[in-house]
Amino acid sequence: MSLGKDLTGLEHMTAGQIRLILDTAEPFKAVSERPIKKVPALRGKTIVNLFFEASTRTRVSFEFAEKRLSADTVNVAATGSSVSKGETLVDTARNLEAMRIDMVVIRHPSSGAAEFLGNRIASNVINAGDGKHEHPTQALLDLLTIRDKHGKIEGLKVCLVGDVLHSRVARSNLWGLTKLGAEVAVCGPWTLMPRGIEELGVRVFGRIEEAIEWADVLNVLRLQLERMEKGFIPSLREYYRVFGVTPERLERSPRAITIMHPGPMNRGVEIDSRVADGPHSVILDQVTNGVAVRMAVLYLLAGGRAELADAAKGGSE
Amino acid sequence: MSQPILLQGGRIVDPSRDMDQAGDVLIQDGKIAGVGRGLTAPDGALVRNVTGKVIAPGLIDLHVHLREPGNEDEETVASGARAAAAGGFTAICAMPNTDPVTDNQAAVGFIVRQSGRAGLARVHPIGAVSIGQKGERLAEFGEMVGAGAVAVSDDGKPIVSSHLMRTALEYARTFGIPVADHCEDPTLAAGGVMHEGLVATRLGLKGIPAAAEEIMVARDVLLAELTGGHVHLCHISARGSVAIIREAKERGVRVTAEATPHHLVLTDVACEEYDTHAKMNPPLRETMDVEALQGALKEGVIDCIASDHAPHAYDEKEAAFDDAPFGIVGLETAFAVAQTDLVGSGLFTLPELIRRMTTEPARVFHLPGGTLAPGTVADIVVLDPAAKWTVDPATFHSKSRNTPFTGRALTGRALLTIVAGAIVHDVESPPTAQA
Repeated sequence: MSLGKDLTGLEHMTAGQIRLILDTAEPFKAVSERPIKKVPALRGKTIVNLFFEASTRTRVSFEFAEKRLSADTVNVAATGSSVSKGETLVDTARNLEAMRIDMVVIRHPSSGAAEFLGNRIASNVINAGDGKHEHPTQALLDLLTIRDKHGKIEGLKVCLVGDVLHSRVARSNLWGLTKLGAEVAVCGPWTLMPRGIEELGVRVFGRIEEAIEWADVLNVLRLQLERMEKGFIPSLREYYRVFGVTPERLERSPRAITIMHPGPMNRGVEIDSRVADGPHSVILDQVTNGVAVRMAVLYLLAGGRAELADAAKGGSE
Repeated sequence: MSQPILLQGGRIVDPSRDMDQAGDVLIQDGKIAGVGRGLTAPDGALVRNVTGKVIAPGLIDLHVHLREPGNEDEETVASGARAAAAGGFTAICAMPNTDPVTDNQAAVGFIVRQSGRAGLARVHPIGAVSIGQKGERLAEFGEMVGAGAVAVSDDGKPIVSSHLMRTALEYARTFGIPVADHCEDPTLAAGGVMHEGLVATRLGLKGIPAAAEEIMVARDVLLAELTGGHVHLCHISARGSVAIIREAKERGVRVTAEATPHHLVLTDVACEEYDTHAKMNPPLRETMDVEALQGALKEGVIDCIASDHAPHAYDEKEAAFDDAPFGIVGLETAFAVAQTDLVGSGLFTLPELIRRMTTEPARVFHLPGGTLAPGTVADIVVLDPAAKWTVDPATFHSKSRNTPFTGRALTGRALLTIVAGAIVHDVESPPTAQA
């Protein structure tokens, strides 16, 4: 089984391919726990991190993953580069490729940008978030974190809470979770729900209380502050009062609900600090797993075979 | 004086007289001199045997975008008129969203002159409703009509102000011309790039709800009723709009409407894989909308087919979906796309389709043509309804190639296009390119 040339999203991947990535990530977790956090799996490979949108967490996570696999990396940010001088996406890509690179990790504000790039250059393309479309490595690390915590994904009830309309994290999670057999729900104000979401096989809760009563896992999405400015919600204060994930609300659940957040958090808006920092939060585990999952993706796209990942892990010891 | 032409032995389809019969058509002095069986060719006439082919009034397109002045790299009046002739059109109406905007008599006169120089399909200018298409002050309809404008429109943009639309309808009535509106509520459509529905949700693209069109269709109908003016609704895409137009026509409101070939045959599924050649405004909608449009065209609730030919340079469409411009070219595929799907499916007869591309558009904008009645201007097309071909944009006469129909197998094409008695397109002996 292979992943193909690019990783642009989870919608068109099979459950087998997704499991392959998660399984390949397992041995890579250990690499980051060692004093010498490096294996030679991608030695000699050149990777460009092409970020047309600001990002700290995802970019740093990719960069660590690349460096721990011994790849040579270059970061290109949209500001201050030829991109801000009006160069088109395809020209940027072709120029980078002319320098003989092997992979591009791209984040772009336009949905479909990763697929667009992947169809036009020979290098592997990894989507680090395109518009409102997908953020596949985020969903993969979410899946890995859920699997670590619960020992399985199939049959779990996972609810994505908040701004589903604008969220690429929500879309990738929806595909990944349903393919691996989880039950998926979304919860948020109707102004932040995309048209036809029910037809994608998910349950929709209008009230956070209903979601909490139902769910095993809450993945709380970031509420971008500009949503209020654009009129999707009247105020952050009301959002917190109506949809905020608080200890008081969680106490009414018969289960200990696992709490996730893709970051960066708006404490006191979509999530209460006591929940984010509480005993059932796996938010920092998500970040840790992010590096391992990205190592797995890079390794597999570069042609590495899953059964060799263990050997690769041991390479520098 | 142009050479007389005798088209011999064709199937004559003239919807203006409900005619569908075998026979000949004689063209002399730029006019139709005779229609019937066994006509004799005058001395020196060009005689063309068109057995098995269809002789029809030249196709008329009420809605094209030529990019002259302003973006002559994408299309000129001449290249658009050549593409039109190749598609079987003898007359096209050029929207005023050029750069600068065609909003005064001098600009209208320029289009008329460029059309005359090209000497291909007729290009009828449409003047802007508002100066600079800014939606504020009325342009000088009277002078533009005097210079050759056949309608007014701010197409490309909706007329947002209901007051401006009202005054435009009233003022246009003075000159007997329709106001053609691009129906879109900009506050609902803002930032949208495709139809708001399940496909947009999956692709993570911002949608334009059908209600953005329907709201403005309803408003325009009400204002046409209020003023007694003639409103022509451009490129209708949504089934809700069809219902509003049907009800208004039943009430006797002076409303006409057009639909494009692409809205009649494609759905938002064409946007999958972020194909920017499926990005247009209004957007491709759902199967139920396509079915409603086809039914409405059949009934006459939608009066005619118009291409909304919108040329764009190839590299503009070579972009992420959000960043690509709206619009596709259509002049060279319009008839074949419509025939392949609408006649091929059995929904339309060929004469019914021809009516929607000839007699009806001529009636809507009060244009010459759209008939084969003797004594009228000889704007004629000879169609081969059985010709099978595959769309290859590299062969287009248009300067632009942005079509979603690349590689599609189509049936039917124009063999011979005649404007005012002169051959402007002939597949058997293609005219040499104009300088």
